[in-house]
Amino acid sequence: MSLAATIRKRVSDAFALDVSISVPAGVTILFGASGSGKSTVLRAVAGLLRPDAGSITVGSRVLFDRNGGIDVPARDRHVGYVFQHLALFPHLTVEENLMFGLQDQTQDARRRKVRAIAASFKIDHLLSRRPAQTSGGERQRTALARSLVTNPSALLLDEPLSALDHPTQSLIIDDLRRWNAEHQIPILYVTHSHREVFALGDRVVVLHNGSVAAAGTPHDVLEMPEQASLAQLAGFENVMEAAVLARKMDAGTMHCRLTGSQVELEVPLAHGSGLPLIQIAIRAGDILLATEPPRGLSARNILRGRLLSLTRDGAAMVAVVDCGTSFVVHLTPSAADGLGLAIGQDVWLVIKTYSCRVAA
Amino acid sequence: MDWTAVALSLRLALIVSLVLLVFALPLAYWITFSRWRGKFLVEAVVSLPLVLPPTVLGFYVLVAIGSRSPIGRLWERWTGHGLAFTFESLVIASIIYSLPFAVQPIAASFAQLDTGLVDAAATLGASGWRTFTRVIVPLSIPGIVAGVVLSFAHTIGEFGVVLMVGGNLPGITRTVSISVYDQVEALQYGAANATSLSLLAFSFVILAIVYALMRRPWSVTAVS
Repeated sequence: MSLAATIRKRVSDAFALDVSISVPAGVTILFGASGSGKSTVLRAVAGLLRPDAGSITVGSRVLFDRNGGIDVPARDRHVGYVFQHLALFPHLTVEENLMFGLQDQTQDARRRKVRAIAASFKIDHLLSRRPAQTSGGERQRTALARSLVTNPSALLLDEPLSALDHPTQSLIIDDLRRWNAEHQIPILYVTHSHREVFALGDRVVVLHNGSVAAAGTPHDVLEMPEQASLAQLAGFENVMEAAVLARKMDAGTMHCRLTGSQVELEVPLAHGSGLPLIQIAIRAGDILLATEPPRGLSARNILRGRLLSLTRDGAAMVAVVDCGTSFVVHLTPSAADGLGLAIGQDVWLVIKTYSCRVAA
Repeated sequence: MDWTAVALSLRLALIVSLVLLVFALPLAYWITFSRWRGKFLVEAVVSLPLVLPPTVLGFYVLVAIGSRSPIGRLWERWTGHGLAFTFESLVIASIIYSLPFAVQPIAASFAQLDTGLVDAAATLGASGWRTFTRVIVPLSIPGIVAGVVLSFAHTIGEFGVVLMVGGNLPGITRTVSISVYDQVEALQYGAANATSLSLLAFSFVILAIVYALMRRPWSVTAVS
């Protein structure tokens, strides 16, 4: 069984989606920054949004074909969907949530299926509880089990694990893999986290501004040594334009100034184009944050800035620091607590040269 | 206290609020989820009774059901008597007059629903009807109860429309509020006071129930 979709959809004046993807059995990651069109693809495949043009098939079954005038309604597509906010029915128990999609079957058959899936996703002790009476991880498991109990012919997951800590994520992913070893359906998994791409993807499709920028194994697509296409930077939190001031051939580095600021960075040497303007991408998790001027470091880039904001996003703390241009930095909550960060205070950012990815 | 009038008012309000429940649920659903551009026109019409003088509304209802109107003539052919100044005419007028009080709280609670739940129901194979009865209605119970209770209370308290359409016939169209008017006209201030006080207490209790219900029993966002 595999899923093939060609989707064209004009979402707004500024954004149009135009993608063609093929998803074999197993986990394919749909990866890209927010606003790249990932969720739009999922909604179109599920039948919650009608493409302007294109076609969608699962196996030999045509779900949508603009030219053939086929548009199977969402309820008849047999495509499982785990929503970002899970969308568990708050007034129903876990058991009733799991049973919701099994309406055509006898009470006996429904019970049996629900017990079996609840056992394999380790939520059988929660069946009589309401979703609000369970933990975050248990709710993710419930949402996953609710989509899978109907035996869908494809599964769509919209950042379902982003709010969980890493160990819990891994356990749930193991359960999903075990389930799919038996069922072999195409699973399209949306995320903007590099970590999740490597943790669970057999394949990755990178979306950038509404089109497919790259596709292949996570390693091929995302681990580039020094130079990358712009598309491969899609999931980086910090992407900025810079002017090359000097190329140090012997050191293998370049000295750059970020456009519109006085911030200077030492980045790996990019061969080829020789253009004066380059794109620099830095993962938020690769930047160190210090509350005092750091000394005696091997890192070449130490920037002084002011902490603009500090918010929680799932298991991570997200700091925005103004160094003349804004940087997004990820910290663990305990690190943020330990530093006693206050909005407006002076901080220093430490960025290793080889944490900077360069695209010409 | 005019107990015949009290019984009449209660009977009227009960019928009106039940009929309104049947009409208001689909209407509120349509108002909330329709993407038709001209929807605002329907919303304006539904809300008209909120701002229209009861006498104006009553006048038009009277004209619409009078013996010269098609509705009035049809009614006369069926039943052998006119529709105006009957209990049935009060029911019709009250349904129109209380319509926004039923529709608005229900539409408001539909609009508060997480649309993700409706999408989730669709991807789980639920028909529109199943989604409506199993997801939308159960999660909107407070708003639906508020709509029924408010239209009940509003019907009990109406005066102008009833007087225009039904007149003041004891046991047929004389409701509690008209009975207060009668008592004052007849200078029976004691009786008027007793009736008014009970209406005041009744209205307060009803509104307290509505506001208590409007506090949502479970938070949808807490389950994300």
